[in-house]
Amino acid sequence: MTDHELIWRIAGGSGDGIASTSQNFAKALMRAGLHVFTHRHYPSRIRGGHTYTEVRAAADPVRSRGDGFNCLLALGDSFARNPQEDAYYDNEEVKPLAENLDELNEGGVIVYDTGLLDVDEIPNFEERVEKNDWHVYPLNLREIARDHGREVMRNTAGVGATAALLGIDLQYFEELMAEAMPEEILEPNVEILHYTHDMVTEEFDFTHDLQVPQGSHNEEQVLLSGSDTIAYGAIDEGCRFIAGYPMTPWTEVFTIMSQALPELGGISEQVEDEIAAAALALGASHAGVKAMSGSSGGGFALMSEPLGLAEMAETPVVLVEAMRTGPSTGLPTKPEQGDLEHVLYTSQGDSNRVVLAPGTVAEAYEQSRLAFQLAYGYNIPVILLYDQKLGGELMNVPASHFDRDPNPDLGAVTTEEELEDAPHGPGGKFHRYRYDAEDGVSPRSIPGQKGGRFLVTGNEHNEAGHIDEDPTNRVTQMERRMAKLDGVREFLDERSTQTHMGPDEAEYGLITFGSQQGTVAEAVKRLNDAGHSVKGIGVSDMMPYPEAEMTAFLESVDEALVVEMNASGQFRGLTQKELGRFGGKLSSLLKYNGEPFEPAEVVSGFEASIEGQDVPDQQTTYIPAAGD
Amino acid sequence: MSAFSAIGEDREVDREEFTPTLEPQATWCPGCGDFGVLKALKQSMPEVGRNPDEVLLVTGIGCSGKLNSYFESYGYHSIHGRSLPIARAAKLANPDVEVIAAGGDGDGYGIGGNHFMHTARENHDMTYIVFNNEIFGLTKGQTSPTSPKGHKSKTQPHGSAKDPVRPLSLALTSGASYVARTAAVNPNQAKKILTEAMQHDGFAHVDFLTQCPTWNKDARQYVPYIDVNDNDDYDFDPADKGDAERMATEAERSLYEGEVLTGRFYVDSERPSYQEEKQAIGEMPEEPLAERYFDDDYEWERTHDVFLDRHK
Repeated sequence: MTDHELIWRIAGGSGDGIASTSQNFAKALMRAGLHVFTHRHYPSRIRGGHTYTEVRAAADPVRSRGDGFNCLLALGDSFARNPQEDAYYDNEEVKPLAENLDELNEGGVIVYDTGLLDVDEIPNFEERVEKNDWHVYPLNLREIARDHGREVMRNTAGVGATAALLGIDLQYFEELMAEAMPEEILEPNVEILHYTHDMVTEEFDFTHDLQVPQGSHNEEQVLLSGSDTIAYGAIDEGCRFIAGYPMTPWTEVFTIMSQALPELGGISEQVEDEIAAAALALGASHAGVKAMSGSSGGGFALMSEPLGLAEMAETPVVLVEAMRTGPSTGLPTKPEQGDLEHVLYTSQGDSNRVVLAPGTVAEAYEQSRLAFQLAYGYNIPVILLYDQKLGGELMNVPASHFDRDPNPDLGAVTTEEELEDAPHGPGGKFHRYRYDAEDGVSPRSIPGQKGGRFLVTGNEHNEAGHIDEDPTNRVTQMERRMAKLDGVREFLDERSTQTHMGPDEAEYGLITFGSQQGTVAEAVKRLNDAGHSVKGIGVSDMMPYPEAEMTAFLESVDEALVVEMNASGQFRGLTQKELGRFGGKLSSLLKYNGEPFEPAEVVSGFEASIEGQDVPDQQTTYIPAAGD
Repeated sequence: MSAFSAIGEDREVDREEFTPTLEPQATWCPGCGDFGVLKALKQSMPEVGRNPDEVLLVTGIGCSGKLNSYFESYGYHSIHGRSLPIARAAKLANPDVEVIAAGGDGDGYGIGGNHFMHTARENHDMTYIVFNNEIFGLTKGQTSPTSPKGHKSKTQPHGSAKDPVRPLSLALTSGASYVARTAAVNPNQAKKILTEAMQHDGFAHVDFLTQCPTWNKDARQYVPYIDVNDNDDYDFDPADKGDAERMATEAERSLYEGEVLTGRFYVDSERPSYQEEKQAIGEMPEEPLAERYFDDDYEWERTHDVFLDRHK
């Protein structure tokens, strides 16, 4: 990766179109030949409140947010409240500028809307500009937008100004606008884009060095979020039924599926609560349709009982869990990885489920497909665990990644022909839960199939499904169901779902799970470039745990730092529980302030850990290994 | 060709087909009203012309939840209060299957009350039988949502301070298009009502009075019963919602005064079922979704072809 990169941050208020403007900006740069990655920050509010999105762009692949950023487009917050500096939530009017200065790198570029932002309201602004060698371009974007169209078009003016300052060809923006906007809106927007671009070029002497990187793609790219790829993976596995209840950030997957399924002759159901949502997915699956549901932490808590029923009844289902900050309502729009233990163990009895945590946008597609293959192949519930970060971040992926055959196979089911020869009980019921099933997987019949009737029950049951409290039956059925996880483990081992980073041999290890993978990968590279001997692993299989692979990894290093976004080191705990050792080798780098790690935080956390010091940054926490 | 050849099979069906040939010993107490539901259900099946392999009976938890242990069909004994969301999704997945949900009054009007309201509101084409014994039976006699005010039990030692749930009115208000009450003590009416309920194209709610001689009333306390559709003292039109509401309110009140009013309270044959509503707006396929997975000729769509362009 070259050092030359653009990290452009657009800041404003919720409801000001920051998300859509940044999405177009990222897409424009992708079309211009760059690799892009976005990071978004928004409050739990509809109108007003500081929000920003960062677009990181470089000629080489980018898989993480960067360290700080180098270009700020500060728009006003048109729904700001509390204009007083001493207000409880501070002066919201200036937040799009004031809140972002701490993370703006030295030499950075600032464009701000003088129509809505008054720098006199920001303490020590001029001194900070000078000290950090920032290059400031004040523009009355609001007025420009109003004069040439409507005030809401000031985002376009800001993009035009940015393009002029950074040397981005306007054609990419124009094309995107033409694809999305009706004529009457398109015309003034194009005018504003050009007007601002030309005006900035003419009126300012550029003092900054920052320019957009130059790059090219050798194959067609698409810009997708983790929510997109989870939904698309489900669709390509033949999922045609979803039931859900809105909750941030899971709502994104639910929305994408709800818009896609009617086009595909599928069914989406928004229902009364998450208990119903999960139960509907079970009902549809039982009746012979590939089905899913999902939620975020609080809603997923309500799904605990249907989840347990799916384990006992062996009704296949895929549930997705989009983590946000907890406990309780927490920080509703911010990411965390604090629900790992929740999804592993919630519901009564011994867990009998698969939990996968994809690490990237591309992996989310793979593992969404894998989730359905496992659920329907093994008649077991599968949980796809991700978070607000992975769900909302956009990155470019080659279009060819998705050029694959669909797989609507219902997995371990019988056909009517098979039912004719299948074992039935003396009462005529099909033996749905056979003691002698291979790998523990006993195929199911589907209601309406002749000769297939059987009883499902959440009670312990015999081969035909009848309630049975006999101890030998109990042990046999428990062992059969638990054995399915051994089969799943073998299946996963053949597919290497973990991601290895850095050299094969190294002194130290960095371990992470789920969405922090790209950031840790970047940290591993930087650490090796700086002379450290470090390798990394991004783990996706939470249950069944990749015991052999992790044992080999941990045996090969002297010490390992586990990087995760929660306060109690849940993945480190899982690793120690599953492997039963390595407690003296494993330390933790934790972050739970509602923001994902930056690569530099992992680098400095690692360096502090090997020197046995505490991390320098108050926003992250270092927990030493047992016995240290 | 259907992958589900039991559906619509053209043959005579005998009620005995619904009796498991190796019948598990019923866990219900002698004199329990639940036997009445089982019998009426078996008798009504030949009337609606359904065979055991095309019926899905989804139950909740409680004595009533054991219904599908003694009834030969596809069965789904689910969890407490959640029979309806499982049942209605199965109906959406394959509308050709005859879907029946059943549970007790605690299951349906208490813990599952939210689902009851919403399933009725959506008017799924299915039958919901609530075993209403005005008590929690399997957990040994606690006050239930339909127990009368003042009802004393081990968990309500000073008597319930709550008015009971009014299930018929609740079903009507929520949007059920068929609302009836019958009783285990009246097997002829029960059979007729269950038959009608299954034949009805919409959500049919049957509040089935099932005496619990062990923890609550015995059968004698549901006698005499009055069929409001067949009694000159009650002049009302079940097709008229206003009439139905008044009649339902009276039946709910009088039950606690020792008068058992049963019959069809509301029959709306005009309201489209949820399936029809969804199909009308293009959100549900005309062919049962479940069939697609067994159709080797179906061309499954790929996101690469359908959705990727918008991300380029």
